[in-house]
Amino acid sequence: MTIKVFVPRDSSALSLGANQIAEFIQEEAAKRNIEIQLVRNGSRGMFWLEPLVEVEAAAGRIAYGPVEPSDVASLFDSDFLHGGDHALKLGITDQLPWLKNQERLTFARVGITDPVSLDDYIAHDGYKGLKNALNLAPVDIVAQVTDSGLRGRGGAAFPTGIKWKTVLDCKVDQKYIVCNADEGDSGTYSDRMIMEDDPFVLIEGMTIAAVAVGASQGYIYLRSEYPHAEVALNEAIRNAYEAGYLGRNLLGSGRHFDLEVRRAAGAYVCGEETALLESLEGKRGLVRFKPPLPAIEGLFGKPTVVNNVISFATVPMIMDKGSVFYRDYGMGRSRGTLPIQLAGNIKQGGLVEKAFGITLRELLYDYGGGSATGKPIRAVQVGGPLGAFLPESQFDTPLDYEKFAEIWAVLGHGGIVAFDDTVDMAKMARYAFEFCAIESCGKCTPCRIGSTRGVEVIDKIIAGKDHAKNIALVRDLSDTMLHGSLCALGGMTPYPVLSAINHFPEDFGLQQKEHAA
Amino acid sequence: MSQNQLAQIHLKITRHIEKHSQLPGALLPLLHAIQDDLGFIPEDSYSLISKALNLSVAEVHGVVSFYHHFRTQVPGKHILQVCRAESCQAMGSEALEQHIKSHLSVDFHETTEDGAITLEPVYCLGNCACSPAVMLDGDVYGRVSASKIDGLIACARETVMNSEAA
Ligand SMILES: Cc1cc2nc3c(=O)[nH]c(=O)nc-3n(C[C@H](O)[C@H](O)[C@H](O)COP(=O)(O)O)c2cc1C
Ligand code: SF4
Ligand code: FES
Repeated sequence: MTIKVFVPRDSSALSLGANQIAEFIQEEAAKRNIEIQLVRNGSRGMFWLEPLVEVEAAAGRIAYGPVEPSDVASLFDSDFLHGGDHALKLGITDQLPWLKNQERLTFARVGITDPVSLDDYIAHDGYKGLKNALNLAPVDIVAQVTDSGLRGRGGAAFPTGIKWKTVLDCKVDQKYIVCNADEGDSGTYSDRMIMEDDPFVLIEGMTIAAVAVGASQGYIYLRSEYPHAEVALNEAIRNAYEAGYLGRNLLGSGRHFDLEVRRAAGAYVCGEETALLESLEGKRGLVRFKPPLPAIEGLFGKPTVVNNVISFATVPMIMDKGSVFYRDYGMGRSRGTLPIQLAGNIKQGGLVEKAFGITLRELLYDYGGGSATGKPIRAVQVGGPLGAFLPESQFDTPLDYEKFAEIWAVLGHGGIVAFDDTVDMAKMARYAFEFCAIESCGKCTPCRIGSTRGVEVIDKIIAGKDHAKNIALVRDLSDTMLHGSLCALGGMTPYPVLSAINHFPEDFGLQQKEHAA
Repeated sequence: MSQNQLAQIHLKITRHIEKHSQLPGALLPLLHAIQDDLGFIPEDSYSLISKALNLSVAEVHGVVSFYHHFRTQVPGKHILQVCRAESCQAMGSEALEQHIKSHLSVDFHETTEDGAITLEPVYCLGNCACSPAVMLDGDVYGRVSASKIDGLIACARETVMNSEAA
C-alpha cells in the first residue's frame, strides 16, 4: 500500500512555505523510488508548527513540524514514512496536547480530510445531516436548529433557528440563502479555515438551510482578500454539482438549490448584513435601515437567510447528531462550542474549538503559551476591531456572550488578539477611530464625522495637550457614536476606545486615580 | 497608450460585459472580471458599463470608488499588500510598513518608479496567527521580517526584469 503523506493547503500553512515542502517531498520520494500519495489536507490549526507534515501509520497519523525545505532529505533519511525518529517528530497528531483536549464539532474534519474531495467528506460523516434533513418537514429542521441553542457566530449572536423560522413563514416563491463570508475582523480566520479546509460542510449547511426555508438560490459573499478560499470553494461546489449534491433535484429529493461564490471588494462595512445585500445587488455597501429585516425583505427584496460561515457550518453536525448533543456543550445561554482564534503576540497562535465557558487565561496561557516575545501579555482585544481591550484583571472571564456583556466587552467572532507590554494603548485607541473613518459607509454623521474628529482629539492627547479636557471630549464623542449610529461600526468603535482609556489610563497621560474617580 | 492598445482594452471590456451583464447584481462580478484582466478599471469604461447595466455613469463611478479593492490607475507589475490590522500591529507591522515604504520610496497606493511594485494597505488577511502578514500577487506570507520582505521584493523585481528581457 502506498503511504499517505499530508501537507496542508491552508493559506496560513502556504504563507510559511507549505507548497515548497510538498514539492520537495514529492521530488525526494521520486528520487528515492518510493511511491507515496501526497494529500493536500487542511490545517490542524497549530500554526506555530506549520508547515506540519503528517504520515499515516497504523496507530494514527504522525506529525512532523515545522518543516523547512532543508529538513526534507533528512526526514527521508530517518524513514519518517514509517514514523522514524527525527528532531521534528511530534508524535501522534491527535494526541498532541493542543488537540487532545479540544472539542472539535464544527471543525471535526478540518485538517484531517482532503478539503475538495467529496469522497473523503462522505467517508468522514459528510452529508449525513442533509440526508436526515431531507426526511424531515421544514418546521422540524428549523425546530432542531432552534433547540440546539445555536446563536449566530458572526457577531450579534442572534438565535439561528428563529431567523430561519421568520424566512420559512414568509409565503413567497423566491427566497435566498446568503452566507456572510466577509470575515473582516482582525484576529479572526475560522471562516477562512472552514472555506479552505472543509468547504463541503459550509455547502451542506447552506443546503440544509435552503431545504428548511424553501430557498432555491444561495450566494457566498466572500472577501476578496481570500483568494485561496475562493479556489477551494469553487472546486468543492463543482464537485457537489457533479455528484448531485447541488442543483436540480438534489439527491433525488425533488429539491432545487443553486450556489454561487460572489467576491466582495474590500469594504469592512459590507460584513454588516444589509450593506452586504446592497453590495450583492451591485450597489455601494450602504447600511439599510431596519426594519424591514433581511429575513422578510432581503436580497432583491425577497426573504433572505443571512448567516455567518460558522453558523451554517455547524448545522450539518446538529442535524447529524441531534440538537441535544450540541446543546449539552457550553454554559448559560451560550450553547455548544466556539471556534476560538488565537492571534497577535502569542507564542502558539491557532485555532481552538472548545465549549463556551473556557476562560481567556486558559486560552492565552494553556493553549497560547503566553506571548511570542516572552514579555507579559498586557492587553487582549476580543471580537475584532470593534471589540473591547481587556486588561490582565479580566483574563478570568469565561467565554460566554452574557459574561462578556457584563464587563462591557464582546465575544464577537471569537478572535483573540494579544499584545505584550510594549503596546501603546493611546495608539490603539487612535487606530480604532482611524479604522472607523476609513471604513465608514458614510450614511450617518456620528460615525462618518465622529471618527475623524476622534482621531484628531486623540492626537492632541498623544501630543500632551489638555489631557482632562480632551479625554472628556472623547467620552462625549463616544457617547454620541454609541447612541446615534445606525450600525455597529460607528456604534461600537467606542468599545476599543473607551476600554483602552478605562483600563489603561496611564497611556493617556492620566493617573490611575483619575480613572477610579 | 496607443490607439491600438485602447482598442484592445475596449474589446476586452466589451467581452466581459457580454459575459456578465445578465447576472443578477452584475456590477461587482463585472468590475472584478475587468480588474482581474486589466489590473484596473479604466474610467472611460464607465459609459459602456452603465449602458449595459442600465445605470448612470455616476452610479458606476460611485461603486468603483466605494470599494477599496478597485483601482482606476494602471498598477505596477506586482501588487504588494501589507496588513495594517491589530494582530499584525501586535507583531510589529508598523515598523515593517515603514521599512517597506522607505525601501521602495513609495507611500500606500503608489507604484515604484520602475513600475515594478504597487504598495497597498490591507486590513487583515486572515493570517493573524502568523503575523505580521503581507500578500504579494495573491500569495500570502506570514511572520514577515524586514529581510524576508526585501527578499520577496528582490525576487519580484527580478521576474519583471526577466520578462522585459525576454
Ligand atoms: C460593521 C459590521 C461588520 C460585520 N462583519 C461581519 C462579518 O465579516 N461576518 C459576519 O458573519 N458577520 C458580520 N457582521 C454581523 C452581520 O451583520 C450579521 O449579524 C451576521 O452576518 C448574521 O449572521 P449570524 O447570525 O450567523 O451571525 C458585521 C456587522 C457589522 C455591524
Ligand atoms: S454607523 Fe457608520 S457604517 Fe454604520 S451606517 Fe452609520 S455611517 Fe454607515
Ligand atoms: S491582522 Fe494582519 S492578517 Fe489578520
